[in-house]
Amino acid sequence: MTTDRINLDEFREKARQFRKEILETITEAGSGHPGGSLSGVEILISLYYYKMRHKPENPAWPLRDRFIMSKGHASPLLYVVLANCGYFPKEKLKTFRKLGSRLQGHVYAGVPGVELSTGSLGQGFSVGNGIALGARIRGVNFRVYTLLGDGEIQEGQVWEAAMTAEHHKLDNVCAILDRNGVQENGPVEEIKKEEPLADKWRSFGWHVLDIDGHDFEQLIRALDEAESVKGKPTFIIARTVKGKGVSFMEGQAKWHGKAPNQEQLKVALSELGF
Amino acid sequence: MAEMKATRDGFGEALVELGRKNKKIVVLSGDLEDSTRAEFFKKEFPERFFNLGISEQDILGTSVGLSLDGLIPFACSFAVFLTNRAYDILRISICYNNRNVKLIGSHAGLTVGEDGATAQCLEDFACTRVLPNLTVFSPVDFIEAKKATYKMAEICGPVYMRLARAPFPIITKDSDLFEPGKANLIRQGKDVTIIATGLMVSESLRAADMLKNEGIDVRLYNFHSIKPIDKETIIKSSQETGAIVTAEEHQINGGLGSAVAEVLTKNFPVPQEMVAVQDTFGESGDVEGLLKKYRLKDIDIAEAVRKVLKRKKG
Repeated sequence: MTTDRINLDEFREKARQFRKEILETITEAGSGHPGGSLSGVEILISLYYYKMRHKPENPAWPLRDRFIMSKGHASPLLYVVLANCGYFPKEKLKTFRKLGSRLQGHVYAGVPGVELSTGSLGQGFSVGNGIALGARIRGVNFRVYTLLGDGEIQEGQVWEAAMTAEHHKLDNVCAILDRNGVQENGPVEEIKKEEPLADKWRSFGWHVLDIDGHDFEQLIRALDEAESVKGKPTFIIARTVKGKGVSFMEGQAKWHGKAPNQEQLKVALSELGF
Repeated sequence: MAEMKATRDGFGEALVELGRKNKKIVVLSGDLEDSTRAEFFKKEFPERFFNLGISEQDILGTSVGLSLDGLIPFACSFAVFLTNRAYDILRISICYNNRNVKLIGSHAGLTVGEDGATAQCLEDFACTRVLPNLTVFSPVDFIEAKKATYKMAEICGPVYMRLARAPFPIITKDSDLFEPGKANLIRQGKDVTIIATGLMVSESLRAADMLKNEGIDVRLYNFHSIKPIDKETIIKSSQETGAIVTAEEHQINGGLGSAVAEVLTKNFPVPQEMVAVQDTFGESGDVEGLLKKYRLKDIDIAEAVRKVLKRKKG
């Protein structure tokens, strides 16, 4: 098993550290989206520290695997991961959402390591497919990973893109759903029912994996399997907890797009063991 | 009588030429390549052509992905679907990201004819010209549509081009310049300036002939660029002729007339009349009948000139 080579304890420690930095970044900004940033931590660590071929010292390396953050409001998550990888200095995280900063409120392509500005939901998925199609036309071999939110897939464009990737057999595409179950005004299943998600995506012709999105072993196994699947794109349903790691945020819609105050930050960090 | 040919045919021919010269050109279609003439490219370069089906949002997004590694995608559909239906993708994925994507919107204007209001795009100038980074072309005839297509591929950045279904009179020559943001003088004159785009340029030419018999000396420009707009020509014309008439196959609000008024107000205000669709939707009908009913004919432009001259000072 591939996970033998990896020290999962190191990954878990990274996850704890990144959650701290996400919360600090949002608190310093006074606004932002903690819920959907905290839910995707293990997914992005698995991508950036295990699966993806990339060179932080050369963000434009032509053979790099591409990552598209289609759920562009989870910018603190991506920025924290990119800063830790070395794409830009970590001090810059303090400028998040401030006037003149490249660290825009929603994911911004001016930030080193970011491929595409996103924020209007449902758009990144099509772009990821376009990159994958372009790679095939040019005969270049790399993979494209797209992270979608579960509220986001209520956008019609997502299903247009789902058909495109399958029709063109884009097996270099892997989409990951951060299935945290909660959107801005409540539980996803109460607002617009999405289950049975695996059946839906399978019926669209995708190879589907349904996993615990906080379990590194499962994430790593799923990402490896996705790469080995030929002739169709892979969809990983990563079941997560919104606001993961902070008891008062977990599963709470009100923490979708609200910054903690200093008191709340203190409590959150102590829960994370800081 | 001038020879009649459609701007979409000019685009289709130029696109094939581009495809031969530049392997980076790729074409995406919303299952309308027969209508947009992107099928000429499809026949010669099937490996670089993708009919993504009836899904314009996805087409624009996929185009952005293709552009990210240096390919030059032309996304082709009807003007209504590209600029109206997929507007937010145009705004964010293409313009905010400043991607090198080319948008071809055919079947713009009332001259779509019998298909009626749902297909007759009368809002594309308004919604495209407000987007940062976007260039907007509106070629006058078959020849100019070819030049505009070549120019689109040269420009690094997003460009939208409006095309029409119906054949338009050919009024330009191969040797005429096509420069973005630089209007072409069609007729010199001193009493009033007509600023027209698309089919309205040839209608304005006939209006100018009618007015000549009344002793009115009309200056006429072809504004093939809606954005950037040729401010210099607008200001110079208002200073030299003291009155402006704009003519376009578009809603009266937000289009070429509005763009010209914005320049006049800030620089050298003179009386202006606008020939355009009067804040209403179109309907099914033959091209001539529609142009008459919606007052986009030579006689309507001539009437607008007489009206503006009454308002012109001394």
